[in-house]
Amino acid sequence: MKATRLIGLALRSIRRNPGRSALTMLGVVIGVASVVVMVAIGAGAQAEIQARIDNLGSNMVVITPGAATPGGVSGGAGSFNRLTTDDAAFIAREAQLVSAVTPVVFTRTGISAGGLNWRSTIYGVDTSYQQIRAWQTESGRFFTTEELKSNRKVCVLGATVVKSIFPDQDPVGQTLRLRDVPFEVIGVLATKGQTAEGTDQDDVILAPFTTVQTRLAGHQFIAQLLASAWSESEIPAAMDEVRVLVRESHGLGDRDPDDFQVKDQRQLAQAAQGTTQVMTMLLSAIASVSLLVGGIGIMNIMLVSVTERTQEIGVRRALGARRIDVLAQFLVESIVLSGIGGLAGAAFGTGIAAGLGRLTGWATVVEPSTLGIAMAFSVAVGVFFGWYPARRAAALDVIEALRHQ
Amino acid sequence: MSDAVAPVVELRDIRRDYAVGDAVVHALRGINLRIERGEMVAIMGSSGSGKSTLMNTLGCLDHPTSGSFLLDGVAVEALDDDARADLRNAKLGFVFQGFNLLARTTALENVALPMLYDRHARFADPDARARDALSRVGLADRLTHLPNELSGGQQQRVAIARALVTEPKLLLADEPTGNLDSHTTVEVMALFQALNDQGLTVVIVTHEDEVAAYCKRSVRLHDGEIVSDHPVVPKRAADDLARAPAVVST
Repeated sequence: MKATRLIGLALRSIRRNPGRSALTMLGVVIGVASVVVMVAIGAGAQAEIQARIDNLGSNMVVITPGAATPGGVSGGAGSFNRLTTDDAAFIAREAQLVSAVTPVVFTRTGISAGGLNWRSTIYGVDTSYQQIRAWQTESGRFFTTEELKSNRKVCVLGATVVKSIFPDQDPVGQTLRLRDVPFEVIGVLATKGQTAEGTDQDDVILAPFTTVQTRLAGHQFIAQLLASAWSESEIPAAMDEVRVLVRESHGLGDRDPDDFQVKDQRQLAQAAQGTTQVMTMLLSAIASVSLLVGGIGIMNIMLVSVTERTQEIGVRRALGARRIDVLAQFLVESIVLSGIGGLAGAAFGTGIAAGLGRLTGWATVVEPSTLGIAMAFSVAVGVFFGWYPARRAAALDVIEALRHQ
Repeated sequence: MSDAVAPVVELRDIRRDYAVGDAVVHALRGINLRIERGEMVAIMGSSGSGKSTLMNTLGCLDHPTSGSFLLDGVAVEALDDDARADLRNAKLGFVFQGFNLLARTTALENVALPMLYDRHARFADPDARARDALSRVGLADRLTHLPNELSGGQQQRVAIARALVTEPKLLLADEPTGNLDSHTTVEVMALFQALNDQGLTVVIVTHEDEVAAYCKRSVRLHDGEIVSDHPVVPKRAADDLARAPAVVST
């Protein structure tokens, strides 16, 4: 018999018993819906982590001063600060695998403008910082190399600083005072949001590192170097290269330990990514148990149905149905039941995931592939749990079945 | 192979033994039966006489222990399960005592059912054929009725339409009037006679003499053997209906 006919037959049979069919499907609906929701939560968490990774900067490598363990006892990062702007210049000149590098000098200081005060962190950086952090200006512009070289007192503000010090006005072109030094605001950065640890990345002022070193910090040492590898896959190689170059720049001998650290912030993020993945798999596995239970529900009802419809099976066989026709009929019926259940579950799951996202603020992402896999699973459940009842139906003796009341 | 002169049914020394516990029950003990085209045969016998087994044999539902069975020239005993299903679909029409219509399924769908299993694409328009079959049994105005919305007589006529729809070589009726009152019985027998007049070969298994009286030939079974087989001058059911018109129309 043609597949379309079998499906038509199955749908008719399902319609004949709407209440029971709905209850039978319910198990699969719940199973598929819970799998979809769990995967949506997991995928949402991963998307969020991915967004944070991208937020950190493009393929960023961080060089911080201080040895990991100088002489067996760690003095802590920065305890032995020999990182300088010369190192940055050396990397920029020599590195093959690094597309950009910037020193970062920072200091916390009071800001005032137009009678309003605020405390924020001033980052003294190079022009390449913008590229490394993948951070656009929302209005105005970033400072130029000329402004950097001539220690100009210009700055670019983060969104939080703008809100605090220049509410309801365009800050570009205004002057603000950093520790009583007047700086001209030349641009505003796009909003970047919080870091994974909850730090407000927009509470920041960027200025040429030359100006910050001479006017605000008063020393030559820098807090960290940020470098960008050409591509994500080249990050490990770029880290090795940077390490060699900084050692060379510091004139370290073969036996001298590193007096700095090269880190890749992705490692942390990727660890978080991995944890989320495991959690998602775990939750989905638990959710699929309910799909399995739903399948057992289908098997149960199909067995009842076979018993109830024994006479129908006898009539069909007497009228010319082969065993395979009966098998196909019941198997397709079970598949259609679980398939419809799967569709409904996918729809419900998508709705619940969206509702949950709105209610809790979690990012939930329902990917089409998730729906596809959930549907495939529910059909597989239909085949798996429909097989036994269908076999029973096909194996019935015609004469016995016809006599069955 | 079937040819113009082949009988519809030819049974030769059919035996059917059942094992019941340690004992062996001989349900059929060497049946020889030949039914020609256009016959209307009553197979009679009390319960336990083997008439049900004979019916199942003729219906290609049961496999005899020994003997040969030619149905419209086809050797049935050589066929496997699938081939027998195809043969039932191609050559037989069944009418059962309990009607055996699919519940919650319209008359039209019930009648169209056997065409679902037609493997030879014999019927171009199953729906039209089902309508036609229902109008042949006088139910053209009951197409979308469900079995529980029909009287017993009407249900049996739907079942007869279902048996007719594939143009069978042989119509097998197993106690077709067993669940019907006497008036409806006569109506249904009138329908069988009308179909037989049109050339359809009919075999009716029954234990009622009144039913057998409408057939052209009576075969009686006892203990698995044919004890009598003779032609009958049949009563005309249509005449009986004309003489005693229905008090209540079913």
